[in-house]
Amino acid sequence: MAGATTLSVHSRRRAKPRVITEPAWLRRTLILIALAFLGLFLVLPLVAVFSQALEKGIGVYFAAIREPDALAAIRLTLLIAAIAVPLNVAFGLAAAWAIAKFSFPGKNLLITLIDLPFSVSPVISGLIFVLLFGLQGWLGPFLREHDIKIIFALPGMVLATLFVTFPFVARELIPLMQEQGSEEEEAALVLGSSGLQTFWRVTLPNIKWGLLYGVILCNARAMGEFGAVSVVSGHIRGRTNTMPLHVEILYNEYNFAAAFAVASLLALLALATLALKKIAEGRVHGELAGDTDSTAA
Amino acid sequence: MSIQVRDITKTFGAFTALRDVTLEVPPGDLLALLGPSGSGKTTLLRIISGLEVPDSGQVLVHGEDVTDQPLRDRRVGFVFQHYALFRHMTVFENVAFGLRVRPRAERPSKAEIRERVMRLLQLVQLEQLTHRYPSQLSGGQRQRVALARALAVEPKILLLDEPFGALDAKVRKELRTWLRRLHDEIHVTSVFVTHDQEEALEVADRVVIMNEGRIEQVGSPEEVYHHPKTPFVYNFLGNVNLFHSRVENGKAYLGNTLIEVPKTGIHDSREAKVFIRPHLLNIERSQNGRTAFGARILHLNPAGPMVKVELETEWGDNILVELSQDRYRTLGLRKEEYVYVSPKEFQVYAEDYSI
Repeated sequence: MAGATTLSVHSRRRAKPRVITEPAWLRRTLILIALAFLGLFLVLPLVAVFSQALEKGIGVYFAAIREPDALAAIRLTLLIAAIAVPLNVAFGLAAAWAIAKFSFPGKNLLITLIDLPFSVSPVISGLIFVLLFGLQGWLGPFLREHDIKIIFALPGMVLATLFVTFPFVARELIPLMQEQGSEEEEAALVLGSSGLQTFWRVTLPNIKWGLLYGVILCNARAMGEFGAVSVVSGHIRGRTNTMPLHVEILYNEYNFAAAFAVASLLALLALATLALKKIAEGRVHGELAGDTDSTAA
Repeated sequence: MSIQVRDITKTFGAFTALRDVTLEVPPGDLLALLGPSGSGKTTLLRIISGLEVPDSGQVLVHGEDVTDQPLRDRRVGFVFQHYALFRHMTVFENVAFGLRVRPRAERPSKAEIRERVMRLLQLVQLEQLTHRYPSQLSGGQRQRVALARALAVEPKILLLDEPFGALDAKVRKELRTWLRRLHDEIHVTSVFVTHDQEEALEVADRVVIMNEGRIEQVGSPEEVYHHPKTPFVYNFLGNVNLFHSRVENGKAYLGNTLIEVPKTGIHDSREAKVFIRPHLLNIERSQNGRTAFGARILHLNPAGPMVKVELETEWGDNILVELSQDRYRTLGLRKEEYVYVSPKEFQVYAEDYSI
């Protein structure tokens, strides 16, 4: 992405010969269509969220956020993200490491499976857990006997979130690590470093921006997930309601100002994510460029 | 310290990279593993280092079997083809790495590390660039950082994988002589891999020529160049003209010209190969009773220390002859001229050898 934008800036400065560009009217029309689309579907809703949230004044806005159920929803959302994101970081690192640096039977299957959550509707992912852990589910009787609550409780919501955000870190790291190869790790091992030292001193520093990028995306999805969490949550106000679910409840109760107030928090998260993503993206390019361009020199 | 390789075999799936390779490197030697790509030279180097595990066979360093020793206990210095410098570390940190990761009990103090790293960076003439990152260095500088990093752990043996492969021709030559001098100074047993015969012959004490997972010949550069044991070695070490021939009564046929085969035990054979290096062929204006065959000049290239002449022989093969500039001027050769070519030295291989 970053590469493409710098390229276009570059080419505009050095006017291209006319033969290889489109006529001016066509270029302008295309840009106009793209901008109109962007405005209609992205900017306008964003503006709407904030204007609706602040419609009844800043006082109402903050009251809606400070309301105990809203606070509980925020706390729960943060808690779920705080559990799901580190777990998926650990998983993503392990999977990317295995896929990028080793070859083993079933490698392609693993790559495909990692993508599964992207292709399955979140509602289905939620239902899978209900089927597994619900009262009528496979493990239901066992769980009831031992008094373990998973569905309609925090564990179920964490599981659903984990499932949905499963691919983000791994998908980001696999191509990066494949591109970097394992020569640096080999060099570290020959120099006498242990496996763990190699990971902390060589592998991790080389992928830190890519990892951060994955974490940002993973976190955004973990906090914003609606479908899968909705199925396993049970919507108990103040207890099993995350922010997106809370927004829905408020909206269904015609409490628009409050609904949009909480929604605006999620929108802010999205904007912050976008900014962080932009920064991390540039650094990922740096990580890739680190050694590859120079070997040719 | 000496290196011994015994009966090493290594396969990758259906591909056999090394077959029963046995090799000995005397202590303090600088040895070149030379061969075309796919000949197994890099695999052999990686097996000696411990980065690769052989299917069967042993590696001994200083008489001690290290085949099953973990990499970190082997203390080998390895210089990677693309250097594999740690991209997020400065030159100083790169060189210090091997010392920093040692277990606490063996780790030198900070001051010692600093001193040792600086000494090594002086050795490779990079003491001005300690705070640079690898991406800010030229290819030659990176190569020297990689070497300093490998030497920092005081390796028992030093292994270099295509050490000059990624450099341009001029830097390559400089580094080559520099590596030779460095080796004479520090005298650690070293093995380097190369596909460049000139490099191997110029730098190494001994050259190992490999082909298809086997060793073709081991010897000093002079030995392998002047007394190649197999057609492959002859062919690989420098330009060569190949003549398909037959041997009869101790004489080999070049077209209709008979040349005397030296008495090296070559029997009569229907098919034989005669190899003649381009600079061992002479061009004459007239046959004059010499052993010579006729040829037509196709192309002349006088640029360079030798003049390269491409000719078509009377039986239709293309051959290359290299003449000194003096000889070229004396003869006053022109394109399309018909001349006589006489061999000064040649090598005959009967067909029981195969390339």
